Amino acid sequence: MTRDEMDRRAALKAFVGLGLASGLADCTSAPEPGGAPAPTEQPPAADTTPPEEHEHPADGDVLVFAFGDKEGQVIAPSDVPLGGPQIFAYPADAGGGHVASDSRLDQVILVRMDPSSLTEETTARAVDGIVAYSAVCTHEGCDVSDWNEDGLRLVCPCHDSEFDPSDNGQATEGPATRRLAALPLKIVDGRMMAGGGFQGRIGFRRR
Amino acid sequence: MKLDRCCRTTIVMIAAGLFLPGDAKARQAAEPYRPVTDERLENPEPENWLFYRGTYDGWGYSPLDQIDADNVADLVPVWSFSTGVNSGHEAPAIVNDGVMFVTTPGNQVIAIDARTGDLIWLYEHEMPEDVIGFHYTNRGVALFGDKVFMATLDARIVALDAATGEVVWSESVADNSSGYYMTLAPLTARGKVMVGVSGGELGIRGFVVALDTETGEEVWRTHTVPSPGEPGSESWQGDAWQTGGAAVWLTGHYDPELGLTYWGTGNPGPWMGDVRPGDNLYSNSVVALNVDTGELVGHHQYHWNGSWDWDEVSTPLLIDVERDGRTFPALVHPGRNGYLWLLERSADAISFVDAWPYVRQDVFINIDPKTGRPTYDPLKKPSTGTQADFCPSLWGGKDWPPAAYNPGTGLLYIPANDNLCGTIEGQEVVYRPGRSFVGARTGLNVWPGADHIGELQAWNMNTGEKVWTREFDSPNWGPVMTTAGNLVFMGGTSDRYFRAFDARTGDQLWQQRTNSGVIGVPSSYMVDGVQYIAVQSGFGVDAASMRRRVDSDRGTETYVPQGGVIWVFALGG
Repeated sequence: MTRDEMDRRAALKAFVGLGLASGLADCTSAPEPGGAPAPTEQPPAADTTPPEEHEHPADGDVLVFAFGDKEGQVIAPSDVPLGGPQIFAYPADAGGGHVASDSRLDQVILVRMDPSSLTEETTARAVDGIVAYSAVCTHEGCDVSDWNEDGLRLVCPCHDSEFDPSDNGQATEGPATRRLAALPLKIVDGRMMAGGGFQGRIGFRRR
Repeated sequence: MKLDRCCRTTIVMIAAGLFLPGDAKARQAAEPYRPVTDERLENPEPENWLFYRGTYDGWGYSPLDQIDADNVADLVPVWSFSTGVNSGHEAPAIVNDGVMFVTTPGNQVIAIDARTGDLIWLYEHEMPEDVIGFHYTNRGVALFGDKVFMATLDARIVALDAATGEVVWSESVADNSSGYYMTLAPLTARGKVMVGVSGGELGIRGFVVALDTETGEEVWRTHTVPSPGEPGSESWQGDAWQTGGAAVWLTGHYDPELGLTYWGTGNPGPWMGDVRPGDNLYSNSVVALNVDTGELVGHHQYHWNGSWDWDEVSTPLLIDVERDGRTFPALVHPGRNGYLWLLERSADAISFVDAWPYVRQDVFINIDPKTGRPTYDPLKKPSTGTQADFCPSLWGGKDWPPAAYNPGTGLLYIPANDNLCGTIEGQEVVYRPGRSFVGARTGLNVWPGADHIGELQAWNMNTGEKVWTREFDSPNWGPVMTTAGNLVFMGGTSDRYFRAFDARTGDQLWQQRTNSGVIGVPSSYMVDGVQYIAVQSGFGVDAASMRRRVDSDRGTETYVPQGGVIWVFALGG
């Protein structure tokens, strides 16, 4: 459960329990972190999107190509080129049935980096140097679809925010100040899978 | 969403008078709402600010003169109101007989007693969680009859009861999942509410659509990119028109005598012109649309086969200009392409008169004196696989913040950015619905040795002379308002100030530091004999993006706090 979601539930409880006055106060002041530069505080590890709103990605999901010649096919580690660019993916049931392609918020980007370049925290989520993040920019919510091949950064084309895939998806350039939500990966029987849900808040703002 | 349900309930309770804070002033605002008619919109009372730029001709001018150049130093805040959201707060406070309507990012509409700051009602749009919208902002409501209209990020028009905030109707005008979204304030006239669409970076095909204000039924829809066989289609090849862009994301202006609405259009998509050969009409143009039928009766394209992201969406101001002893109805447009355009409007055409640069511009070699068509320096035009450097930057000499015109001084006031140049390198791009369709890598750099970026320029359009300029170290994203009190109001700089200048000389007469950067459209109104100035402070969207890039180029770091607040000022003492 995100802090946001906890606030929302708290707001709802207050609304029910205390009546309209508290409901109004909670509604008109959205819990939103300020645009502080270079945040250093990391969200807690349990900071994942609530399952009732987004069932995917989840532990054990495979990842499939979101578009292109191989759309819908399961992505193998060998499909992810070293040094980028990123691949767009949707999570899917390991059985190969349901692909969670309804919501942009479920989109994943995969990029393979030199394993020695990854920070410790990022290494813990990676497999063979492959790291995965939410595809939704934390500035205005666009797809993070460009790649800076010189700086090895994930780039949002809308307002040129850049994110470091080797360092937890931290925002390094541009107007975004919050890191990308990260997705832990694992390998089971030679198949690459999500090792859990997104860690961190997806996208830019939710009221 | 749960929050919405809770807020809607709150709205209704307030409107029903069950949750008033026991304040008679709050109830006062619930008096019968005065309907907005064509007559009122064509001749707004001086005390009201009935739509985006105050008048149909788009002047951003208030005839109120209680606050003037002599006493503006005594201007003080009288109330403020926190919007509860971040990102770019760009909407003006729109005021009808003491009732103020303000929109915020996330498509809230806040109705407030304009004198006291008491909340009357608050509407929060139920936004899809996965909405596609590259610019999280909104530029205000439009009024007609007893309703308030807002265009939403998920491409709907919502009609609210002005007295209660309850939804009367809500209509989708385009498919958001294909990249259509809306940020502009609607234009209302003759029983129609008119909007254009954003999404020029997402492979949309632009249009302006008019809905019936009473029913929400579509009356007409005119695309800004013609389909094969239509006039202008010869300026496109193959299927490029289907994803041709030419978005319309700022409010149109209206000439009631001609029955014509005027709209500015954005750049064609994707960004690189070599992948869509031709002039690409009606991108980067002003188009004249018949208010009743939507028929496109005239256009002028500022620059053809656009490749610089210079959206020409700002609508020209409707001004009478005198040239060579002849006075004519003009369209005046400080272009994002860095040229100041003087056009003539008539019942069946838009004609070129003159154009000249108002900021550093190195792309146009010359302008055809008859047609206004620019000739480009080929080295300054980026294309797929080739990088070009050029001035002004992709944000242009002036982005969306509107210019203003004061009939008393006869001057046009332009919020400009000079000394900014940029690079674009074209990249191959594949169209996929709802995904970025840009195909470019961009850069920004400050002109070496430049001592400032932001400017406020005052021009005499009769003589073509620049009368005065104010310079700011910071980039300027400040919409401009001018008043009969010989004042020009503008924020726009990163230092959070909102300022008043002498409209005749440019001298700074007053300033107030606010919570955030002021990129809201200022407005002015009067209640019970007191003149007020209103503006939203809340930095974000492209202003924040440019700020970061200028810092990156200069090696500086500038912190502009976010969070929106409505500020209202009046004379103290």
